[in-house]
Amino acid sequence: MNAVIIVTGKDSKGIVAKVSAKCVELGANIADISQTVMSGYFAMILLVETDGISVPFPDFVDSMEHLGGENGLVIKVMHEDIFNSMHRI
Amino acid sequence: MIERNDIAETLKMIEHDHLDIRTVTIGVSLLGCASSDGKVFADKIYDKITKTAERLVPVCNEIEKTYGIPIINKRVSVTPIAIAGASLTKSEDFVLAAKAMDRAAHAVGINFIGGYSALVQKGTTDGDKRFLRSIPDALTETEIVCSSVNVGSTKAGINMDAVRMMGGIVREAAEKTADNNCMACAKLVIFCNAPDDNPFMAGAFHGVGEGESVINVGVSGPGVVCSAIKAMPDASITEISETVKRSAFKITRVGQLVAKEASRRLGIPFGIVDLSLAPTPAIGDSVARTLEAMGLETCGCCGTTAALALLNDAVKKGGVMASSSVGGLSGAFIPVSEDEGMIEAAKSGCLTIEKLEAMTAVCSVGLDMIAVPGDTSAAVISAMIADEAAIGMINGKTTAVRVIPAIGKNVGDMISFGGLLGDAPIMKVNTASPEKFISRGGKIPAPIHSLKN
Repeated sequence: MNAVIIVTGKDSKGIVAKVSAKCVELGANIADISQTVMSGYFAMILLVETDGISVPFPDFVDSMEHLGGENGLVIKVMHEDIFNSMHRI
Repeated sequence: MIERNDIAETLKMIEHDHLDIRTVTIGVSLLGCASSDGKVFADKIYDKITKTAERLVPVCNEIEKTYGIPIINKRVSVTPIAIAGASLTKSEDFVLAAKAMDRAAHAVGINFIGGYSALVQKGTTDGDKRFLRSIPDALTETEIVCSSVNVGSTKAGINMDAVRMMGGIVREAAEKTADNNCMACAKLVIFCNAPDDNPFMAGAFHGVGEGESVINVGVSGPGVVCSAIKAMPDASITEISETVKRSAFKITRVGQLVAKEASRRLGIPFGIVDLSLAPTPAIGDSVARTLEAMGLETCGCCGTTAALALLNDAVKKGGVMASSSVGGLSGAFIPVSEDEGMIEAAKSGCLTIEKLEAMTAVCSVGLDMIAVPGDTSAAVISAMIADEAAIGMINGKTTAVRVIPAIGKNVGDMISFGGLLGDAPIMKVNTASPEKFISRGGKIPAPIHSLKN
């Protein structure tokens, strides 16, 4: 299965590195990244494959959200099916 | 690949517009629990409920985490207790059953349990009478048990004996819980054409034609619809209708996803998604504000019924295609105390009970969570029930009454229920007496189905 990770917050050095390092640590494979900075505000969307993650999916969500909290960012992780359900017939 | 705009839109709906799953409700059949011994019956229903709904809360928490969508309430509905407990010989035995429901609900960690109910649209059995008399005590002595009574239907007409009885029961329930904001009345609803698969409280019960157990899901989303309408200030009514349909489709798809996933994880068949726009007292989650966004100064002014009719119909049209099975109440809810905009409109005097009654002719449910003066007579409450039931019976739709006679309070005062049940201003009621009409008893016969005018 795939999950979407959304990262937002004030821009600083190393955000991409920290998030991607956490993905590797937990066994998630990054399939796509889109990232931008607007007026000092950082926004990134990752699509990750989570079939090989080393922890149950709810724990993966908690770990990523915790990483956000530690770094002054908001990180949300959502199963891709919610987007596919809402926006595709 | 998922479009960035779609991700942003979904996030905005959840974070900003209060999109959530209002409830995942498991319907549980208690037909196999029948016993003439009150204690045995209570034990059996406790076991059946706790066994069937054991994993509901943890599974909903997992789903919430996986999809990032809040699931606000987890609930259970059961077979109407007046039917499952028809052989109980004392009203006190029914109260024992209510307490067992309450204990079971607390044990599995759910928010509400519904089905302390009776279906008396055509007539009232001796067991039904014992059950009805137990309602005030049952709701006083339990915390999260909800009760409903169906007093009429389009096929059977209106049971005016039951209507008369329910006016007194609503008053008694209010008096017994006077020191707790008359809370029993917030958990008691009187229906006409009650649906068998409604996941929403206080009216949820597991219909007798349903299977052993079933998952029904209620979505929410007035904030999403309101936001979409606000984004098009110069649009025509036709364009608004199309926009509401599109929003309702997206909201319902989330409900369908959650319902299917809950069904799979719990191993319980999926029943229906209820398409209702269910408000909360939070700012930005209001049906009244959605109507105002269409161009009404205040909810309750002339034009409100038309705007609500449009909203209700468009929600259904958008939602029907998004789910494989739709049911329950499906429409827009207009509970006064549970809707921030309705509370303000009622406080200002613009929204009256008479206007609310007109609105119930075109939307789901009826006079819902309305506080009336504490000295409102049982006959007036019965007559309000009769009026609402008549609207439902003639129009072939569900209507309901959940009024709270606020003991010791009068017009202009407020009464607070807390949480999703909100706060209600005490509204003015026409006090001219319908006593003679109500005291006659008997039946209003089922309506004719031709010569529709």
